[in-house]
Amino acid sequence: MKEVDARGLSCPEPLMMTADALKNEKGPVKVLVSEVNQKMNVEKYAKSHGKTYKSREIGSEFEIIIE
Amino acid sequence: MNLTDSKAKLAVGGALCGVVAVLLAIFGNPGNMAICIACFIRDTAGALGMHQAAVVQYARPEIIGIVLGAFIISVVTKEYRSTAGSSPMIRFVLGIIIMIGALLFLGCPLRMVLRMAAGDLNAYVGLIGFVAGIATGIVALKQGFSLGRAHETNKMNGAVLPVLMLGILVMILMGSSLLIASEKGPGSMHAPVWLALIGGIVFGALAQKTRMCFAGSIRDIMLMKNFDLFSVIAALFGVMLIYNIATGNFHLSFSGQPVAHAQHLWNILGMYIVGLAATLAGGCPLRQLVLAGQGSSDAAVTVAGMFVGSALCHNLKLASAAAAAATAETEAVVGGPAIQGKIAGVICIVVLLIIAFAGNKRK
Repeated sequence: MKEVDARGLSCPEPLMMTADALKNEKGPVKVLVSEVNQKMNVEKYAKSHGKTYKSREIGSEFEIIIE
Repeated sequence: MNLTDSKAKLAVGGALCGVVAVLLAIFGNPGNMAICIACFIRDTAGALGMHQAAVVQYARPEIIGIVLGAFIISVVTKEYRSTAGSSPMIRFVLGIIIMIGALLFLGCPLRMVLRMAAGDLNAYVGLIGFVAGIATGIVALKQGFSLGRAHETNKMNGAVLPVLMLGILVMILMGSSLLIASEKGPGSMHAPVWLALIGGIVFGALAQKTRMCFAGSIRDIMLMKNFDLFSVIAALFGVMLIYNIATGNFHLSFSGQPVAHAQHLWNILGMYIVGLAATLAGGCPLRQLVLAGQGSSDAAVTVAGMFVGSALCHNLKLASAAAAAATAETEAVVGGPAIQGKIAGVICIVVLLIIAFAGNKRK
């Protein structure tokens, strides 16, 4: 699975990296982010592009798997 | 409560911020300056004696309130995270540069929107520069610009700026004679302390929940065709526009506007500097205050840069003068930057382009 590690990065880098990965990848993409608002942005982006996602909290950070 | 899952909720958040701004305007803040992050940081720096411009010295409870509001709401909603380490000194420089750009134009992006809502055409000219600055920042981002990762730190580290703000608040509430307060000029015009403080706290909390960001709103439209953040700003603009029209404060003109000048080139370049620097820093001055409140030391360093930048602007006379009509005692003032302000503006643009395009790449 393609992994996008956007932990600790400022906006809008996490979203740009996610968008790049989804453009180039056929399979699922795993995105790691640190902030709640970045998690919500990534989820919103996935939803608006017709993808499904599953999110979970890992410690103080987040993992979103987009399929 | 999640305010970011629909544009309607975001717009309500923005409108409530507009109501706070209306109250602050009614109860005494300067013309078209109900709330301005750059101006109010500059006034607070003056109150602390960091500069001696006698007309712009006053410890603004709004700034303190915004940081504390963001701090409180982020602790309550468990979004508080103490982080640091994303190129702090570059962010410090960006803070200084944001302030130089804002004081060439005479206002941060928030005040630009308030000025637009009052019909100040100079602010619309500034908007051209602001959008161009953000567009330049987006080019850099697309080429892989990054200031690097922040990491979690000891919880106390993220609380330093909120505690410093609390310290200034205690001085205000005790009536400390150490704080300098202007006797005339914009610094002498202010809403009552309690209203300004509570207004700031509400504004900061709402800005945290809605992720309100003036640079981010335009960036997201240009980069992602996403209008979420724009809906917050549009609602704020709408409320201020209604207030200004209803109270006869709406005047569509270049001249006769409070604390403004009509040097178009410098309005454009001033806001170009702010737009580019804010995009590189990941948010406008308001967003930096909010991020600093929710534990980001990198944003707090940017805020520290803005304090130092405002002091430099007045100590070195880089800030623009406001235009003024002639009176019986004084001649008319055209307003705008002096030569040193223009040179500083050009240096800021060169430094920003170096930061944006020479070496700060995502690893």
